[in-house]
Amino acid sequence: MSWLVTWWHRLSSPRWFFTVSRRWTGPLLTLGLIGMLIGLGWGLAIAPPDYLQGNSFRIMYLHVPTAILAESCYLLMGVAGAIALIWRIKLADMVLVAAPPIGATFCALALLTGAIWGRPTWGTWWVWDARTTSMLVLLFLYFGVMALRQAVPREESAGRACAILAIVGMVNIPIIKYSVDWWLTLHQPSTFKLTGAPSMPSEMYLPLLVSVISFYLFFAAVLLMGIGNEILRREQRTQWVNELMQGRSA
Amino acid sequence: MWQRHPSVSRAFAAQLRRDLTIAFRAPGELVNPLMFYIMGIALFPLGVGPGAERLAEMAPGVLWVLALLSTLLSLDSLFRRDFDDGTLEQLVLNVDPLFTGVLAKVLAHWLVTGLPLAILSPVAALLLFLPASAVPTLVAALLLGTPILSLLGAVGAALTVALKRGGLLLTLITLPLYVPVLILGAGAVAAQINGVDPAAQLAWLASILALMLTLTPFAAALALRVSLE
Repeated sequence: MSWLVTWWHRLSSPRWFFTVSRRWTGPLLTLGLIGMLIGLGWGLAIAPPDYLQGNSFRIMYLHVPTAILAESCYLLMGVAGAIALIWRIKLADMVLVAAPPIGATFCALALLTGAIWGRPTWGTWWVWDARTTSMLVLLFLYFGVMALRQAVPREESAGRACAILAIVGMVNIPIIKYSVDWWLTLHQPSTFKLTGAPSMPSEMYLPLLVSVISFYLFFAAVLLMGIGNEILRREQRTQWVNELMQGRSA
Repeated sequence: MWQRHPSVSRAFAAQLRRDLTIAFRAPGELVNPLMFYIMGIALFPLGVGPGAERLAEMAPGVLWVLALLSTLLSLDSLFRRDFDDGTLEQLVLNVDPLFTGVLAKVLAHWLVTGLPLAILSPVAALLLFLPASAVPTLVAALLLGTPILSLLGAVGAALTVALKRGGLLLTLITLPLYVPVLILGAGAVAAQINGVDPAAQLAWLASILALMLTLTPFAAALALRVSLE
């Protein structure tokens, strides 16, 4: 167990984390991009067309991973916020800096691809469907955290304020999701449901799985890069960063 | 615990009395959110036309959206004045647990905003031709829902109190959290109009209120400490 304690303590050293994360970023990014290429290529070109929706369903291979990541990212922020508040680990705070823009981007992409998908299947760009609505609220929650970070002048206070907001948001997300689901059943009992179709055959499911996993890898790589930048920015006055930068420019 | 620390209940009562006294010393500020509520509602017939049927159909949603907005407008005053004159710092330093102090402040805020709004809502409902049978449900839903708005809003107000231009930001971070209250509150009134028993929505509002009553004062207290760093 002692390695675990050592690892935990090392995590709080920005320099150690920076060095290790730089080593991981490249492979993660490569693996993620190759996986995306395989998953998306497989889904877009090889997987059989849907019996109802024809080829338009193929946007699913982009839509579903972005939507899943948008939600996972907020969960990560809530957990990081708790860690930042309880153990005061700087790294958790840096996650809270790096994650919201990425999560918001995925959320916006999920909404955008959803709209593009909705056009041929529902005949409209936007439906007040339970999922689209809770996604929209999630996007607003991301905007809130980002705006709060910008507004608080002192860096440490901004971090703790964002941590509190992320936790409050995480606690509220299930309530929001539940109430939105319920609102829909009250107002629109018979919406055409995409997920109500018979369960997917494996030729359609496997590329989606590959796609989702590679999006996660890509997300991890981008997050590490974001955290790395934040480390460099915060430690810019230290010697190791200066040496690193001089090494780069030489 | 209450026997061993009688000062907790006394601190709560003192805080509540103080906040209510201050609120009633400036009755103009008390009335403002209510005026906003009525004026905002009066805009809808002007905007969408005076047809009773259409207004009645929109009434549950409009009444609740305006309740959300007028609560938001009043939130800035929850901690602002105490922050400006330094009382808030004394509260954070002296009241232990701070949970109690925050809860007393939120209760005082609700007593002067949410409660009058619920009492006034039948008049607002009249303006929008809400069926009379739905008015008791509206009042009940507002009585259960507006405390949730005050509690959640306290977290946002505590996070933004130290900022110079916190008002808009407060709105931005608080509104998404208000979505469930809007859905359930308006849903309860709409259900009553459609002849469905609104007990489910009201029960959900009550359970969210219980949850928020226990959780948000902690978050708001922590946020106050952060803001005063």
